Amino acid sequence: MTEWRPPIALVGAWLGLLALLALTVALAYVPLGAGNGVVALTIGTIKAGLVAAIFMELRHRGGLTLVFAGAGLFWLGILLWLGSMDFLTRT
Amino acid sequence: MPESSVFAPQYASIPHRDHTAELGMWVFIATEVLLFGGLILAYVVYRHAFPQDFAAGSRHTEIVIGTANTAVLLTSSFLVAWAVEIFSPATAKIVTRLLVGAACLGLAFIVLKGIEYGKEYDEHLVPGIDFQFPGPKANGVQLFFIFYFIATAIHALHMLIGICLLITLAVICQRAPSTRHRTALHSAALYWHFVDVVWIFLFALIYLPGRSTS
Amino acid sequence: MSAKNYLTADFTLRSWFLTTDHKRIAILYFASLIFFFFIGGAAATAIRIELATPQADLVSSDVYNRLFTMHGIIMVWFFLIPSIPNTLGNFIVPLMIGARDLAFPRLNLMSWYIFMLGGCVTLFAILAGGVDTGWTFYTPFSTLYSNSYVIVAAAGVFIAGFSSILTGLNFIVTIHRLRAPGLTWYRLPLFLWSLYATSVILVLATPVLAITLLLMATERFFGVGIFDPRIGGDPLLFQHLFWFYSHPAVYIMILPGMGVINELVSCFSRKQVFGYKFVAWCSLAIAAVGFLVWGHHMFVSGQSLIASLVFSFMSFIVAVPSAIKVFNWTATLHKGSIHFDAPMLYALAFIGLFTIGGLTGLFLACLAFDVHATDTYFVVAHFHYIMVGGMVTAYFGGLHYWWPKITGRLYSEYWARTAAILIFFGFNLTFFPQFILGAEGMPRRYHVYPPEFQVWNVLSSGGAAILAVAYLMPLFYLGYSAFFGKRAPANPWNAPGLEWQTSSPPPEFNFAPQPVVTREPYQYNERFEAEPQNA
Repeated sequence: MTEWRPPIALVGAWLGLLALLALTVALAYVPLGAGNGVVALTIGTIKAGLVAAIFMELRHRGGLTLVFAGAGLFWLGILLWLGSMDFLTRT
Repeated sequence: MPESSVFAPQYASIPHRDHTAELGMWVFIATEVLLFGGLILAYVVYRHAFPQDFAAGSRHTEIVIGTANTAVLLTSSFLVAWAVEIFSPATAKIVTRLLVGAACLGLAFIVLKGIEYGKEYDEHLVPGIDFQFPGPKANGVQLFFIFYFIATAIHALHMLIGICLLITLAVICQRAPSTRHRTALHSAALYWHFVDVVWIFLFALIYLPGRSTS
Repeated sequence: MSAKNYLTADFTLRSWFLTTDHKRIAILYFASLIFFFFIGGAAATAIRIELATPQADLVSSDVYNRLFTMHGIIMVWFFLIPSIPNTLGNFIVPLMIGARDLAFPRLNLMSWYIFMLGGCVTLFAILAGGVDTGWTFYTPFSTLYSNSYVIVAAAGVFIAGFSSILTGLNFIVTIHRLRAPGLTWYRLPLFLWSLYATSVILVLATPVLAITLLLMATERFFGVGIFDPRIGGDPLLFQHLFWFYSHPAVYIMILPGMGVINELVSCFSRKQVFGYKFVAWCSLAIAAVGFLVWGHHMFVSGQSLIASLVFSFMSFIVAVPSAIKVFNWTATLHKGSIHFDAPMLYALAFIGLFTIGGLTGLFLACLAFDVHATDTYFVVAHFHYIMVGGMVTAYFGGLHYWWPKITGRLYSEYWARTAAILIFFGFNLTFFPQFILGAEGMPRRYHVYPPEFQVWNVLSSGGAAILAVAYLMPLFYLGYSAFFGKRAPANPWNAPGLEWQTSSPPPEFNFAPQPVVTREPYQYNERFEAEPQNA
């Protein structure tokens, strides 16, 4: 009777996510100047990637699903890029 | 059509239906990304305008509760992913327990969030209702807390919807799970994980900035 | 009658209001949209009557503000955006791809209920006293100064947005997953390519509108200054967020029209659409590049010069795929065997009017000219040429083209042609003078104006009267034909699309045997064999 056991990948992802959470909180207290924001967002992106690839099963999915999953992010990029352009280039 | 009881007539087969439902869920998630995207743009613009104030506002959030909530949510996502993975009529009982467990963790998140809101109210940090912040940073801090409350409230609303979905599915799975319910569970799980991902970013934007300075 | 069709399958009210049949939902949408069209049209009528004289003789400035706001909100969100996608699209998409229904029929019904809820909330805002912010809800007027029902109206639009999202989601997944065997992407009728592109915009832009309206309503309700400069907020952030949705929404209001025109031009020239692949990809290009141009609504708002330059440049770029389409339609007409049936008259009107609207759009994309034309009637004329001259004309064209399929009846060709010609002349008489008014400097959104502008305003109001009559005409002859018209054969236009291979009106699940596609679309040169007619 092993059919109820979680696959090793899921357990690994879960423990990895918790470890990354501890890491990001710890690093937030290390003075890195502007680097703190970069570190926080990089670790956040890695965590989101883990959730998407393993919990949301994207690693088993083909091109179409990946395109659909990426489309939202791509358009988010457009919104943030052109939306902040005005504010970053004001004189 | 004799097969219409198993899957709707517009589909050719059960896998066809399931893959279609999954694609639909991904399109829905893309719209959700853009919904939160508008808030993120507001955050980016105002943090760029008031970097010190946003750091000061961030230091006034409860990092202990925020971190605990992140761990709670990641764990509940793990339970849901586990339930999806082992779903079958033979494991109905365990699946039900996993889903109830995930829903309870979701409720724990909401309760902790409520405690956090209460603390912020006591500290006069709720814009529009009771906001007092001494010093020149008041404006930027207020913008930070407006973002904080709107973003976390919308996120909590998503959580509540997700909790209802998980409990409904737990009740159904206890009775007679079929392939249709597997599809439903799969879709609900995608939604739940997405809410998790949103929180991962909110956590990084709300709780972490400004911790290393004072 | 050999078999029951979707209209005769069941006659109970329940069978209509709880239907999951895409064809019946299309009819529900159709009836609702007629209602909203005439409400929006009534507001337009009042505006044009008021503007017939330079003085204020019909309404006060306050009422006038509410009139044009109501006209804008109703026409944009409760007519134009759902017009072709939710009626013709809902009806035709599954038929065109040889499917039995959309991918998510219950979601489709839900989208109609959400739409009606949004519509009712908006109507309540109007009946309670109206909104005076303009359809754009610009802050700080909407949040600090307006004394009208801003939050209720915004809530109505917010709710209706979810209906758009569900429809877009349904179309995208349906076109991906439910195509008949053999129906590859390059065999899809171009109407589907443009609806697909439209759906991408619906799905990715509408949520940003939702969050924008939510932020605006929060600021108004709680009195917090999200966009209020007094506490550090920036009103331009609202405009950026709003136009991130609302400029792509302009393409929601034209792409489906372009899609219909492909079908009409090809059918009534009896020719394949020239440059099929270019037209197909141009739809997607418009949808994608359309997201990069929104700042051209903000040239005089105080945004940075670099942002203005980038948005101006992108606005010129987005004209390229639109121009390619116009050239390809004209090339399709070349050496075609042209039939001037009513749908074709609408299609030709569309090409002309859209070209004028598109070219004046290039004027406005130009920074230096836009500073002069901002908030004048030039802008009003420009977007009415696209949205009314373009989209509404295409909507009528498509409606006539597919009317025999939808109702199983033939309309009076004489009256249909008369209405089409009247619409064309009435439209030009209404809106061309507005270009001149705008170029001479008449600002929009005022109900009084200097007397020297009266000639053009009277012409415009006269044209509007003709247009109003012309828009009412189809209500009568199409309404008559739905009950008393001659029965239509399965394929009255002798067209090769899949939707013509099932009976008129189609049976409940569209096709008895699953159709299989073996050739490219628009094969008018081969003599097409019609199915046995079921009259």
